[in-house]
Amino acid sequence: MRLTEVRADAPKSVEEKEVKYPMGQTITQKILAAHCGKDYVEPGELINARLDFMLANDITAPIAIREFERIGAETVFDKDRIALVPDHSTPNKDINSAQLVKAVREFAKKHNITYWFEIGRVGIEHTLLPDEGLVLPGDCVIGADSHTCTYGAVGAFSTGVGSTDLAAAMALGETWFKVPEQMKFIYYGKLPKWVGGKDLILYTIGLIGVDGALYRTMEFTGEAIAELDMAGRFTMCNMAIEAGGKNGIIAPDDKTLEYVKPRAKRGYKVYASDPDAVYKDVVEIDVSKLEPMVSFPHLPENAKPVSEASDVRIDQVVIGSCTNGRIEDLRTAAELLRGRKVHRDVRLIVIPATQEIYLQALKEGLIEIFVEAGGAVSTPTCGPCLGGHMGVLAEGERAVATTNRNFVGRMGHTKSEVYLAGPAVAAASAVLGRIASPEELK
Amino acid sequence: MIRGMVHRYGSNVDTDVIIPARYLNTTDPKELASHCMEDIDPEFVKRVKPGDIIVAEDNFGCGSSREHAPIAIKESGIACVIANTFARIFYRNALNVGLPILECPDAVEGTRAGDILEVDLESGKISNVTTGKTYTAKPFPPFMQELIRVGGLVNYARSQLSRRTRAT
Repeated sequence: MRLTEVRADAPKSVEEKEVKYPMGQTITQKILAAHCGKDYVEPGELINARLDFMLANDITAPIAIREFERIGAETVFDKDRIALVPDHSTPNKDINSAQLVKAVREFAKKHNITYWFEIGRVGIEHTLLPDEGLVLPGDCVIGADSHTCTYGAVGAFSTGVGSTDLAAAMALGETWFKVPEQMKFIYYGKLPKWVGGKDLILYTIGLIGVDGALYRTMEFTGEAIAELDMAGRFTMCNMAIEAGGKNGIIAPDDKTLEYVKPRAKRGYKVYASDPDAVYKDVVEIDVSKLEPMVSFPHLPENAKPVSEASDVRIDQVVIGSCTNGRIEDLRTAAELLRGRKVHRDVRLIVIPATQEIYLQALKEGLIEIFVEAGGAVSTPTCGPCLGGHMGVLAEGERAVATTNRNFVGRMGHTKSEVYLAGPAVAAASAVLGRIASPEELK
Repeated sequence: MIRGMVHRYGSNVDTDVIIPARYLNTTDPKELASHCMEDIDPEFVKRVKPGDIIVAEDNFGCGSSREHAPIAIKESGIACVIANTFARIFYRNALNVGLPILECPDAVEGTRAGDILEVDLESGKISNVTTGKTYTAKPFPPFMQELIRVGGLVNYARSQLSRRTRAT
């Protein structure tokens, strides 16, 4: 078995060494093993793992700070390996939120946290951190946010935890894990037009259910994943949690390294699964017959092809979030909205995930397209995804959203509804005033 | 020994219905508890009494990592949550905030809303006083028992830190 190591800080000396294990390991097992000083770890094994990076946001950090102070630590374990990202209720939506953000800001200053992101520089955490080169291939990362699993798209092990786990990690620089059972998904065939990462993951969750990967790793592989751009890969790993998964992961390839290399702020290691790695389940999916997908209320597993979703009238469309707020998502939406108008009964809200993406969209003329179509464009925020602000739904209202959850009350009133989709379906729906396939736009 | 009335729910009770995001602009446990389960069971906060027990089916606590969810449940007076399975972040969070949770599909199946249960957390023994049936929950793995024994993760981290300080 081979373990190939690539270090960003030593790009000319690609190391390869032979390592003997009892049996083949997956990329997830290898990363976890490397972070607890072992050559091999087994699913079910409890380990104490060293952490390369960790984060909290304006909702989870205040409790983490309270618990950190209860632990009695005088300093954080490493001020360069913690990000505090006020992205949920910002720009501050009310006085209480302003107080919470202020408390996080003061903690960041007190402990000289390098990666505190102020409004105007902040973006949605799970887009911001990889784009800033802070989470890297081979890393072991935790975040006090469930969508921390997003970073699997660069070949990292990353998973969401609660505030107390994060507090202990900020003090100790390590945390405990149960090595998850491994689950492999093989996507083969050619991706049809308008079918992207969001459609693949909604289809997959529809197939296995919202607890179909409970406590497990979801490793995404196959020719369709190789074809997918980084944005699509981030989307897929982002929603591993919606199937109950502990982490989603995609082994790095040339596309990954092309994305990572110019951004990386530290060295990194590239791991791949062994051919004889052991999986609890292997799921094979032919993508060539898939349509764009829509997940109906109130669970992400209620996924249907868009052709079965006609005549659902909508009031709002949200394009953004840690799931689909990247420049590629905005380009897809703009391609469909160019020269068209948002339906008179629909509010379109577009939220670039970071300032860098916002600026890029501005330069490419995408923002102009959204505004001319009659859409509202917001500064980066999680806002409406969790029913916080910037597009909360009233009783009886329906939204198509490129976000990740459609639970009862997720975007507002308990009698409102969220339909999850990718940016193409979202844009087409905004124009037609009902859930629609991009193919329907003439 | 815990003794209380059952509040019964189905599968996939998510953290958004346990504590809706519109109330996440506070970290005050009492304030959070006053909205506990609001979007799935608006009467819950009026009905719940200290010592009561939540019984639910699969994947309890799925969704967000918000620790506000187990905090709200604990502060509302709930002494224990019994389910077939728990979402993994909720599972960790519940241990960390000191909300007892037990996995016991047989007990879940044999329990209705309003039943009275007696739960012995040490042994995992669950008695349904209403039906007269008894069940045994899966015990916690030894590492987690140790975490619970030392009083949770905060105490564990504190002792780890002082060990490091002594070592240097």
